Amino acid sequence: MTTTQTGPLNPSTSMSGAPLLSVQDLTVEFSTAAGVARALDGVSFEVSAGETLAILGESGSGKSTTAQAIMALLPKPAGAITGGKILYAGRDLAAEPASKVREVCGTEIAMIFQDPLSSLNPVFRVGAQVAEPFRRRRGMGRRDAWARALDLLKRVGIPDAETRINDYPHQFSGGQRQRIMIAMALALDPKVLIADEPTTALDVTVQKQVMNLLADLQAETGMAMVLISHDLGVVAEVAKRAAIMYAGRIVETGPIRDMYDHPAHPYTSGLLDSIPSQSSVGGRLKPIVGSPPNLLNLPSGCAFNPRCPFAIDRCRELAPTLRTPEGWSEGHQAACHLSEEMLAHV
Amino acid sequence: MVGYLVRRLFLAVFVLWGVATVVFLIVRVVPADPALLIAGSDAPAEQLAQIRQDLGLDQSLLVQYGRFLGGAVTGDLGQSYSMKQPAVSLIGQVLPNTALLAVLACAVALLLAFPLGLIAALRANRAVDRVVTTGSLFTQALPNFWIGVVLLLVFSRTLKWLPSVGLDGPKSLILPTIVLALPFVSVLTRMIRNGLLEVMGESYIQTARAKGLPERIVIFRHAVRNAAIPVITIVGLQFGTLLGGAVVTESVFSFPGIGRLLVTSIQLRDYNVVQACVLVIAAVFVIINLVVDLMYGFLDPRVRLAK
Repeated sequence: MTTTQTGPLNPSTSMSGAPLLSVQDLTVEFSTAAGVARALDGVSFEVSAGETLAILGESGSGKSTTAQAIMALLPKPAGAITGGKILYAGRDLAAEPASKVREVCGTEIAMIFQDPLSSLNPVFRVGAQVAEPFRRRRGMGRRDAWARALDLLKRVGIPDAETRINDYPHQFSGGQRQRIMIAMALALDPKVLIADEPTTALDVTVQKQVMNLLADLQAETGMAMVLISHDLGVVAEVAKRAAIMYAGRIVETGPIRDMYDHPAHPYTSGLLDSIPSQSSVGGRLKPIVGSPPNLLNLPSGCAFNPRCPFAIDRCRELAPTLRTPEGWSEGHQAACHLSEEMLAHV
Repeated sequence: MVGYLVRRLFLAVFVLWGVATVVFLIVRVVPADPALLIAGSDAPAEQLAQIRQDLGLDQSLLVQYGRFLGGAVTGDLGQSYSMKQPAVSLIGQVLPNTALLAVLACAVALLLAFPLGLIAALRANRAVDRVVTTGSLFTQALPNFWIGVVLLLVFSRTLKWLPSVGLDGPKSLILPTIVLALPFVSVLTRMIRNGLLEVMGESYIQTARAKGLPERIVIFRHAVRNAAIPVITIVGLQFGTLLGGAVVTESVFSFPGIGRLLVTSIQLRDYNVVQACVLVIAAVFVIINLVVDLMYGFLDPRVRLAK
């Protein structure tokens, strides 16, 4: 079971200290026929060993772009990092060519994707795909690599792994496919795992199992995790800190409990209100009115102002920056002119 | 898999029966009397009657049909009355030539189209890609017979580098191969380009990259294998078509293949040979189709394992 581990085994020693991955003021732009879209605008966050950071937001808010930027997976030539830093182990990945960043992928930073079926190559056996990192990155022989792959498949809870290792992705259920993706991502003991909507394509019951598996594996290996989701409920149990994204910016960040109990940005509070909850069974859901802005044509001032029930003139003129609301604890930040009023309401 | 194969073979028999029936009827609907063509238009009536009797054309259509089908099942497709040989042996003489040409054309097309399509895909929407895609559209738009004639004029007539007609040594294969391969290269190049581009946008390519695999392995192992699936189908079908005889090209180069045999026997109203050619071409096509399907299953486990 533990033969595959060479990474930090003891979370307590690696938990403390400087952040493992630090994203600073990251800006990503896509050039399209209709103009340049700023998909990320000054995004900053950091994550330490053993810690889970949730990145939350609607589709198109820049969550996945953030992950792609870190892994050098931005669609070329349209997308490019135009500013900021991605610091990992003393290197700035944002400044390195994709081929250099690739060397860090898998071994240091790994990633799992939203749809496990389309993320697995349909024409290769799962064994070959899980063994591939060992073969291509570690130069192991086929037999050894497959033995390691089998260990991994057992570790992520694939039943009857000895025979199933020879099956193809389409022969597995959705949850099992995501387990296989996780096995593949963890093959080389990465220090950071980026999970991009890992449970979105799965049934609700299976979502829970996969989240538990991720949490268990994190406890076991002490890796840092960036959990990207649009589902506030899914992440609440796993992540301690969260960043809420809207139109390519982080609009609120802080300890997840604080944010859920005392949202300091109207968008966060709108997201929370739109979660179907026990107390509102039978009642109507409360969606956030309007739709996310067009990145090619952002509103002036705060990007959320057209949908914001509290917007004042200042919101339409001046884009707010992230700051800690007066009288609240350091670490909880929001990009809203009216955070204090927001907090006073709740 | 075995059940599938049996079912397909069973279906193939019906297809061939249908083809046999249709060609039998078409040949007999065409207004021309083989007896007249053989004996000449001024031959006496008794001689014409004798010829018709020899060929069995005096019998009712149903009897003729029965004889034809009975013969076809036992591998006897009748005599050629213009060439005084069994139709089957005539085909046996020319089919290997056509097969050789088909193999060469497909091989050349693949060898050219794969690197071109790959380069175009990897440099999508840049200069190289534009040149390749425009060039391929251009060559595809040129008619086969025209390319054939131009090549003949340049390389045989003017430069005298290559023989112009017939099949006489490897040199005489060069021009027909080029003429057959050229439009196919165009189709394939764009198929490989578009297929690769599509596959490169798939999530599993992102996964492969996220695993830290070098781009070389991402492309040649993860992408090409998937992009190859539709390409194999087209190559297989095109191969089947070429095996059925490139009628125009074989005629331009007077190439002794099944396409030219078919054209000649139609001109001579040589019923038996026409029927035999069409039947053999259909059989070849059906078999190639089956092989392509099996290849498909070999390349794509989703097809192979679906019952």
